[in-house]
Amino acid sequence: MKYEEIIHRCFRCGYCKLTGDYVDFNCPSYRKFRFETYAPGGRMWLIRAWLNDEIQNSERFQEILFSCATCANCVENCVFTFSDDLVNIFIAAREEMVNKGVIPSVVRDYLKNIYVHGNPYKEPANERGTWADGTSIETYDGQEYLFYIGCVGSYDERGQKIARAVGNLLMKAGVSFGILGSREGCDGNEVRALGEAGLFQLLAEQNIALFKELRAKEIITLDPHAFNALRQDYPGLGGEFEVYHYTQILAPLIQSQMMPLKEYRARITYHDPCYLGRHNGVYEVPRKILSSIPGVELVEMDQNRENAFCCGGGGGNFFTDILGGGEDSPNRIRVRQALDTGASVLAVSCPQCAKMLEDAIKVEEMEHRLEVMDIAEIVTRALS
Amino acid sequence: MSDINRSLTEIVGEHYVSNQPEELYFYARDPGLMPPHKPDYVVVPKTVEEIQKIVRLANQNKIPIVPMGAGMALTGLVIPLRGGIVIDMKRMNKIIEVNEKARYVIVEGGTSHGLLKSYLDKNYPRLRHSIPDSPATATIAANVMIHGQGRLTQQYGFNSDMVAGLEVVLPSGDICKIGSCSLSPDWFSKGAPLPDLSGLFLGWFGATGIITKVALKLYPRKRMRDVEIFVTDRGNLVPDIIYELTHTEMVEDINIFTQPLPMIFKDNHHITIFMTGDTDEELEFKKKLIFGALDRFIKGKDGGFMSVGLAMKQTLLEMPQRSVSRFADVKKGGGFEYSGPILLVERYLGCTRKLVELASKYDLAYSAMARIIGRGHCMMFGFSFTFNRADPDMMDRVRKALQEVSDYALVVGGVFWKPTIEEQRMAIEKMDPNTWNLMKMIKKNLDPDGIMNPGNWEVA
Repeated sequence: MKYEEIIHRCFRCGYCKLTGDYVDFNCPSYRKFRFETYAPGGRMWLIRAWLNDEIQNSERFQEILFSCATCANCVENCVFTFSDDLVNIFIAAREEMVNKGVIPSVVRDYLKNIYVHGNPYKEPANERGTWADGTSIETYDGQEYLFYIGCVGSYDERGQKIARAVGNLLMKAGVSFGILGSREGCDGNEVRALGEAGLFQLLAEQNIALFKELRAKEIITLDPHAFNALRQDYPGLGGEFEVYHYTQILAPLIQSQMMPLKEYRARITYHDPCYLGRHNGVYEVPRKILSSIPGVELVEMDQNRENAFCCGGGGGNFFTDILGGGEDSPNRIRVRQALDTGASVLAVSCPQCAKMLEDAIKVEEMEHRLEVMDIAEIVTRALS
Repeated sequence: MSDINRSLTEIVGEHYVSNQPEELYFYARDPGLMPPHKPDYVVVPKTVEEIQKIVRLANQNKIPIVPMGAGMALTGLVIPLRGGIVIDMKRMNKIIEVNEKARYVIVEGGTSHGLLKSYLDKNYPRLRHSIPDSPATATIAANVMIHGQGRLTQQYGFNSDMVAGLEVVLPSGDICKIGSCSLSPDWFSKGAPLPDLSGLFLGWFGATGIITKVALKLYPRKRMRDVEIFVTDRGNLVPDIIYELTHTEMVEDINIFTQPLPMIFKDNHHITIFMTGDTDEELEFKKKLIFGALDRFIKGKDGGFMSVGLAMKQTLLEMPQRSVSRFADVKKGGGFEYSGPILLVERYLGCTRKLVELASKYDLAYSAMARIIGRGHCMMFGFSFTFNRADPDMMDRVRKALQEVSDYALVVGGVFWKPTIEEQRMAIEKMDPNTWNLMKMIKKNLDPDGIMNPGNWEVA
């Protein structure tokens, strides 16, 4: 297994499951399951035991491995020099399991759907761009930016609304961009996180070839998960592009008054998506947008920025739901944290987080007290 | 499903009981060098009532119980030597009450030091507790149970001396309150002016009961902290230096470290002096007294204050010091273990010589870290060896070195801290027989069936 030479070096001191300021446990799977085995240290010790044939690949072991949300809190807080590789180690172990074909059925189904249908929803490729129906958003044809949506924004109803909000804002700001529509493929971020390295490479190579064919040089992503794949993983496969999250395009437009905003009175707290924040270090840009809106009072949850608590959707859990269910599921914990700030709006910048947190608000019966809004939706409201 | 499993499931809910191979593997071991032994079940309760029910169930069925915090003692104290039920306490981590004026906090039995620190930082910035350098996940209850030490130990003694009350689930399943809280709503004292019953539980490693609530004394938190290091290569002078430093009563904490690397550290004794103050003037005043106290050593060319760079200062001032855990990876192997006997400060030089001798004999990387307890009343001397978890031979050499440390510690009048089972046996053997008889009476009366962390504080 890749990283096998590191596995035994975990001391299981447990810093990895806390925030940097120790305010609480911050590993989503540990928060839900509460056995040490579901924390990063537990995974390290169990992977070693598995490689040494001291335990077998059981359903429990699969749950332990695949409940990791790849949120990178452990990477942030592990005290050892190999900390950067922690998530990679868990993904490498998943790869071993995928290669042996012994994985949870929900993971298998997800991977098969991507392989067969090109998306996890089993929807036809020619409907990938239907989210833009009724807008004036153009197909990419050499514009300055390619706007890459990803599976959730393309097919999920909530994600589509966010995609439309972002697309409309970019149009309103006069940004030159186009979309791929039915030609867009899955970015593969979750495929990689779930351990199907071969399929990820195939998807990435197809996307890179298409981007190159279309001579796209600058890409705006809707989804931080796609942002991560294109920015962190594609360069290693020959895909060198300028990649932005949409907030990075909107922020300067707003700050230079190219998109003058009206007053919108709201107390807002912002949830950092792991793949925008910890994985890519983008913490302040979304906050700058929110702070630029007259009337907005931005309040922070205790666990913010590097210490943000994951919504539980990362690492493929958005699709597999291994972390879902029960009052200690990460999305339910996160909305309770948001409500504690007194905010009436929980701002997000990721369609997966939006859906995860919205579902939690329903289960927690907070609909009349807290509303999930993507930053693009908040800006849209401030424009109107 | 067995009857026990069914009963545990009824008590804590199906998600918080496991007898799966993964949990049994993990909870069979701690990060140290003790041999593993699997539990039969692991449970993660949420309430005191659940713990009472688990204990009663164990009692009825004569099943061993091992309460566990973060499991960081390294000496195997939470390894279930006879199987049974490991109770992972960390779901019970609420901070129940802070009495600001009386300076105490009441926490649940699974609350970590890190959580309390963070809570006080945010809500009570003028209060602090004695945070140990074990990882931030270490629980307060387990730390006082093992008589841990922390940043305020030089001033106020063992962390267990700072306990202001306990709630304990007895082996019978009954709840017992210890200290002022037994007859008052206020948790200000663990004993005085009553008989101090906390000794029936502290230091027993869960063999007499499970701590479900701890009241801990809090102390003034000054706005500033600083650290200076006095270096000497004259190890025989260390006790005198400590005597002078503690006499000033100006010091927050005193640690002494000696290690072979980097090369300029070799054969030197680094007396790390922590100070606090609310103002620059206060801090300067304290420094002046501290520097003055050591003036004769400087003039005698026996040592001096080294320059402490910003990065080193940050590392040392961190609470807890994460660098302590990093020692585990010096050999890129994820392991270290230490024996930390409590003994007189005057034994310091002998201990360092013994450590260097053993490191050489067994070809091991070492580090010594001593912490002064009270005003020089005694010290914890940590004989630390790092090891590579993938190198069984190195692990065996560390075991042998630590066995020799145990022998040495007793010879020089030391008392084992958080002793391994073997060290407990050695301590019992050397102990005044009447003291041991009294311990046996306590254990037999509290836990007649021997279900509480069996193997600990008993003769095999």
